[in-house]
Amino acid sequence: MKAFTYERASTVEAAAKAAASVQGARFIAGGTNLLDLMKLQIETPTHLIDVNHLGLDRIEKTANGGLKIGALVRNTDLAADKSVRQDYAVLSRALLAGASGQLRNKATTGGNLLQRTRCPYFYDTRMPCNKRKAGSGCGAMQGMSRSLAILGVSDACIAQHPSDMAVAMRLLDAQVDTMGADGAARAIPIADFHLLPGDTPHRESALKPGEIITSVTLPKPVGGAHVYRKVRDRASYAFALVSVAAVFGKDGGARFAFGGIGAKPWRVEAADDAAKSGAKAVAEAALAGARTTHHNDFKKTLVERTLASLYRQQEARA
Amino acid sequence: MSSNHLTRRGLLQGSAALAAASPVVAQAAAIPKRNGGSAMIPVELTVNGREVHLQLDPRTSLLDTLREHLHLTGTKKGCDHGQCGACTVIVEGRRINSCLTLAVMHDGERVTTIEGLGTPDKLHPMQKAFIVHDGYQCGYCTPGQICSAVAVLDEIKAGIPSHATAELDDVAFSDAELRERMSGNICRCAAYPNIIAAMRDAAGEKVA
Ligand SMILES: Cc1cc2nc3c(=O)[nH]c(=O)nc-3n(C[C@H](O)[C@H](O)[C@H](O)COP(=O)(O)OP(=O)(O)OC[C@H]3O[C@@H](n4cnc5c(N)ncnc54)[C@H](O)[C@@H]3O)c2cc1C
Ligand code: SF4
Ligand code: FES
Ligand code: FES
Repeated sequence: MKAFTYERASTVEAAAKAAASVQGARFIAGGTNLLDLMKLQIETPTHLIDVNHLGLDRIEKTANGGLKIGALVRNTDLAADKSVRQDYAVLSRALLAGASGQLRNKATTGGNLLQRTRCPYFYDTRMPCNKRKAGSGCGAMQGMSRSLAILGVSDACIAQHPSDMAVAMRLLDAQVDTMGADGAARAIPIADFHLLPGDTPHRESALKPGEIITSVTLPKPVGGAHVYRKVRDRASYAFALVSVAAVFGKDGGARFAFGGIGAKPWRVEAADDAAKSGAKAVAEAALAGARTTHHNDFKKTLVERTLASLYRQQEARA
Repeated sequence: MSSNHLTRRGLLQGSAALAAASPVVAQAAAIPKRNGGSAMIPVELTVNGREVHLQLDPRTSLLDTLREHLHLTGTKKGCDHGQCGACTVIVEGRRINSCLTLAVMHDGERVTTIEGLGTPDKLHPMQKAFIVHDGYQCGYCTPGQICSAVAVLDEIKAGIPSHATAELDDVAFSDAELRERMSGNICRCAAYPNIIAAMRDAAGEKVA
């Protein structure tokens, strides 16, 4: 790990200001992704700003019936929160499908959104990777790309977004609340928060230098059956090959978001529109424009089968 | 098996004795300084009930702090990347991977390691249950398994749901719950069935 200096920020404003003014500064929340990458010198911050003591660890109802989740709320606490369990069960389910009990006790809402890809070549510093080192090439395209994305990818990068939580947030139309280095607050719709790789795969979010996530706000609850189905190589403690977050309404309508297949948490309106036509139609709509490799072409079939399984489960419950 | 076992006990006893010399002021190891280096930072922890005052390079993980600075070598380093659970300790009542966190982030907090759960003469019920049920073979993952197992029973009691919970509001004890909740602790010797048996026993649930 490269040497760095460390400070505990005491206010959100001070944290944002410090992050913008010190070259190479980074926030550290749970540290479960950042420290992992720092040990491999994939991340080499010169200064760490600890944001664990900013009072951003509360979950509150909003005036218009939504929920405001502090950026430092731990994944365990968010999944176990009473209103989340009751009104946003898909979020509890997605969180609980991710990582391990130990990791969820540390991992935070903000950090989870910003966790970096699990592309094996991003992790292997001997290999070229445009995301790790702009312009160095992509080790994955001709390599083992089984786990990687098939939607939103580019000629520069086919990395998948690994988060389960973010898929549920995307389904629920969450909004990411931030504060900039100038002290100004802004709200970013989750759809615009994660960036597609294009020819700048090293740029991953809409955050500006120094900008800190303060909370994530969910709109009013969406009624219906909330489900999160994660398909992976083992039954627990593995990243998704394919995951589907869905809310099935009583009228046969539904909304869907997908993990494991997109360069960012994936959601398309056309898939929701196809809900009443069944799994095959939804899969076709969701997978429009998919670009697969020899290794990950199976994900298309897996998406359809996962959806079919969810539909059968809904029918059985009805 | 049993002679291995005795050796391990001796080892744990040794580290418990070391930890008893309180408060411990550990000398920071000489770390080569690059880029002007990281300034040492004072860190105060309460480890197994004892206050310790340290001067640490901010890079020091909580795991290395426990093992290298406090000589509490019960906590193990498996992967050093959050993937195996060997380094699991309980911080402020919650289990975490001590390899993926910095000691400086825990200034002022309470840490419980395997040495703090029980001692060879006064074993924690979970430690006893692991022995009774042969919940280990080589024993390398065991301190992490036991710390995790103790916290898991608390999590179930507190009604914290898991991926195996059918109704999010109805958290109940079951083998499926234990298996899911222990998935962050890998055992190369595959002692899994016996670990579940030990946990059931420690929880006072019927042995199936
Ligand atoms: C073995 C293993 C298995 C895992 N399995 C899964 C899985 O199955 N599913 C899954 O979804 N995840 C999984 N994860 C990833 C885990 O969910 C993330 O590591 C975690 O959510 C990151 O949160 P954190 O608070 O620890 O982030 P940190 O590591 O502290 O930070 C991550 C990034 O976010 C930035 N950041 C943090 N907080 C803020 C803020 N408030 N404002 C602005 N920037 C901020 C940091 O600067 C850093 O760049 C796994 C991780 C490991 C190690
Ligand atoms: S897919 Fe993206 S992250 Fe993976 S090697 Fe290529 S550029 Fe890097
Ligand atoms: S050593 Fe910490 S999880 Fe493996
Ligand atoms: S007992 Fe050997 S690794 Fe678990």
